[in-house]
Amino acid sequence: MTTTIERGAAAGADYLDQRTGIGAAVKSFARKVFPDHWSFLLGEVALYSFVVLLISGVFLTLFFVPSMAEIHYEGPWAAMQGVEMSEAYASTLRLSFEVRGGLLMRQVHHWAALIFMASIVTHMMRVFFTGAFRKPRELNWLVGFVLMILGLAAGFSGYSLPDDVLSGNGLRITDGVVRAIPIIGSYLSYFIFGGEFPGQDLIPRLFTVHVLLVPALILALIVVHLLMVVIHKHTQYPGSGRTDQNVVGFPLFPVYVAKAGGFFFIVFGVIALMAATMQINPVWNYGPFDPSIVSAGAQPDWYMLFLEGSLRLMPGAGTEWVIGGYTLSLNVLIPAVVIPGILFSLLALYPFVEAFVTRDTGEHHVLDRPRNRPFRTAFGVAVLTAFFVLLVAGANDLIAAHFYMSLNDLTRIFRVLFFVAPVVAFILTKRICLSLQRKDRELVLHGHETGRIVRFAHGEYIEVHRPLDEHERWLRVAYEPEHPLEIAPPVDSRGVRRKGYRLDKVRQRMSQAFFEDRIEPVTPAELAAAHSHGAHDELEGGSHVASPRELEGSAPGGGRTIAEPADGSTPDARNR
Amino acid sequence: MTDHNSSTDLTPRGGGDGRLPARFTDPGHAPHKLRRADVDPDANKRAERQVVLLFGVSILGTIGFLVAYALVRPGETIGSMRLSNLLLGLGLFLGMFGIGAAAVHWAKTLMNDHEVSQERHTLISSPETRAAAVQDLKDGAADSSIGRRGVLKGAMVSALALAPLSIAVPLIGEVGEDWDISKFGRTIWAKGVRLAQDPSGRPIRAAEVTIGSAFHVIPDNLEEFEHPLDEKAKAIVLMVRMDPRDLKEAPGREGWSYEGIVAYSKVCTHVGCPVALYEQQTHHLLCPCHQSTFDLADGAKVVFGPANRPLPQLPISVDDEGYLVAQSDFLEPVGPSYWERLK
Ligand code: HEM
Ligand code: FES
Repeated sequence: MTTTIERGAAAGADYLDQRTGIGAAVKSFARKVFPDHWSFLLGEVALYSFVVLLISGVFLTLFFVPSMAEIHYEGPWAAMQGVEMSEAYASTLRLSFEVRGGLLMRQVHHWAALIFMASIVTHMMRVFFTGAFRKPRELNWLVGFVLMILGLAAGFSGYSLPDDVLSGNGLRITDGVVRAIPIIGSYLSYFIFGGEFPGQDLIPRLFTVHVLLVPALILALIVVHLLMVVIHKHTQYPGSGRTDQNVVGFPLFPVYVAKAGGFFFIVFGVIALMAATMQINPVWNYGPFDPSIVSAGAQPDWYMLFLEGSLRLMPGAGTEWVIGGYTLSLNVLIPAVVIPGILFSLLALYPFVEAFVTRDTGEHHVLDRPRNRPFRTAFGVAVLTAFFVLLVAGANDLIAAHFYMSLNDLTRIFRVLFFVAPVVAFILTKRICLSLQRKDRELVLHGHETGRIVRFAHGEYIEVHRPLDEHERWLRVAYEPEHPLEIAPPVDSRGVRRKGYRLDKVRQRMSQAFFEDRIEPVTPAELAAAHSHGAHDELEGGSHVASPRELEGSAPGGGRTIAEPADGSTPDARNR
Repeated sequence: MTDHNSSTDLTPRGGGDGRLPARFTDPGHAPHKLRRADVDPDANKRAERQVVLLFGVSILGTIGFLVAYALVRPGETIGSMRLSNLLLGLGLFLGMFGIGAAAVHWAKTLMNDHEVSQERHTLISSPETRAAAVQDLKDGAADSSIGRRGVLKGAMVSALALAPLSIAVPLIGEVGEDWDISKFGRTIWAKGVRLAQDPSGRPIRAAEVTIGSAFHVIPDNLEEFEHPLDEKAKAIVLMVRMDPRDLKEAPGREGWSYEGIVAYSKVCTHVGCPVALYEQQTHHLLCPCHQSTFDLADGAKVVFGPANRPLPQLPISVDDEGYLVAQSDFLEPVGPSYWERLK
């Protein structure tokens, strides 16, 4: 029996299909399978907060006046009565005090911007640490990277629109940084500001950049990004039944339509709750832009803080050079251009570096567990650490005030930390990965601890271990550790130097650095040995073979364990 | 690719008898676990009721929003503004979150949760398709006979390369105003311009500047200019008076101060923030942006932080009526460095 709704839907579908042939697309799309994992939600959060930005942004454009013309304020906010300010600032006050729901939309917009950037960054971290950037997804990694940069541009241009004291100083810093660029810097500054800072053009220009140029680019790239996800099909975490040849999960319709669609409303709801309860960017307290005012302890939005920190840490003495009468300001260029340039290039190019080193040309659809790629994981953590040191350094005045420390000492500490912390983080992370891998081996070989103690006839006490079921085990043994490359000798059999040896040598060196420390997964033979010897001392001897540079404490605790077969027919039941 | 046995395989090895396979094999999909609502009709009904309830929460939230919109105005005070924002925001939150929670709960408890497996296909196109594609391109190129018509090709490339100029040239020509970057080096300070208080614009007499005090200063003719804010951005000055015995004056600058009163540009030589925090005890001036610290007793030299150059000094004196005035403009460009600064 068909209901009226169904009949109506069928008629509508028929009408559309006759004119667009959309049936084929629906057929191949509706039941497309997507794998499930909480970390796959991070990209969705980014997408949904962008949609929230679009909705709230359009609302704001209807009331915001992008003009630097000076007027005298005559609105309801008593503290600003008669004060001279730009129309942009006055309209932001109007949005906050007079438009019902205007303040809510401003705060929704600003919180959504912070969440947008945070989810992009964490989404990138997920992709990095699980190796989802490997072939065939390198290009999509680049698209994602450009989206992050565009997000920074969107946030920065939006933050500057209200034309308050804080954002004005941010722009002034931008002007200073731009001017430091050799040869073209001064002209670039004129290009941006339409003459000297602050000029009359900046707010209208930023407005166009903010509401048209950048959002349009972001939208276009999001489309490309998602199209590629569909073409590639989503990656999946390792587990039994999941291979590089299949994709295991739930169909788009109805499960993902409900889950993902519902998740949009959850993200919107949470942003609304933040906007309702947490004040953000109260520009009515800051006052309109005035080039002579600055407030101590002012912070940019979090995603700009690393640049601020970088500028703060650079020592100024001796870093401005005059070459042939021209001034080169390394004290600005290095922290504001070179260091972010290095961090971002490392990020953008990493997939290609790794592919160069591994010489891997296969497609990968099953994700890595981060512990199984110790070098990559440690490298990622090291770069994040450098970023984090800069970010915290961007708040060094707040930290110093809070902990009653000398600001200068704190800055010196951060200078050292910027170089030392990433190295320490690298070493630590790599060790942690290796020991997690060892723990996996131990678990596979000896099973879960059950907390049950039994006593042998001859009086020895041991703890019963329950072996892993085959699915638990597969998760821990199903990986292929990378090995350092071996390369062909520099000369061929006739003693002629071969081409490309230099490059191979570089590749081999890097490969050594990447993969020299590694842990192999347990083999069936090893497991059989661990079980069949049933007793314990055998294992102890066996476990120390063939590990030339074993780190201390790494051996599985042979003698004190025993395996309990899965079927429960414990051989030592009589001993209980 | 072979294994480097000399390198460090850190694996703690167990024994092995060599007859078993080298690697484990994939055991295949794990068995599906049933949920409460799959087996228990009561649980199923309960889940359905919960979903309905959540949608209901959303409806109530939206109604609440509309009521708050009608009844609570943002008003004139921070308090009324916050109240309006809070109520509207909570309504929006419930309205959205209710829908989301309902949909997700529905999907998790009531929709089919059998995992399905679909095949992947490699992305690369088949050799035949590739060959055909290459052939198509070749055929097309042959059709246009572009390879044989060199002049035509040259003309086309030139036309395409030149055409964007009609957009780029006016854009680049106009976007930077007059492109006269020598303006970086000048401010509106000039001989005889009075030092006035920022923001009131009231001229300052030397007599009212007591030892230890600091003044934020602008030129008193600021409002005569078309865009005062632009001029102010370069002309801001910080003036302090200290005990003349504390003051170290560089050779050639002895006449630039007046009875211990010195005036320095307030635009940071790092990247241009207003250097606004004066500490009377140490004569240090701190830039709150990146903490460059300048010693006003010693030519505003940098004592800490990322700035490299001292703040430029404004030479001052006193006019017939006792007001502080500038002797001239700054003798060097104020603010952050730029490539042509010394040209
Ligand atoms: C693409 C991501 C976007 C980001 C990261 C972003 C970020 C921001 C930020 C941080 C502000 C300052 C808000 C404040 O505290 O007042 C802002 C203001 C603004 N944004 Fe966006 N925005 C984005 C997209 C959009 C879009 C698509 C539109 C319009 C179609 C828009 C319109 C506006 C307007 C009109 C303002 C000024 C409102 C005011 O000052 O009150 N934004 N934006
Ligand atoms: S602008 Fe003054 S320290 Fe950076």
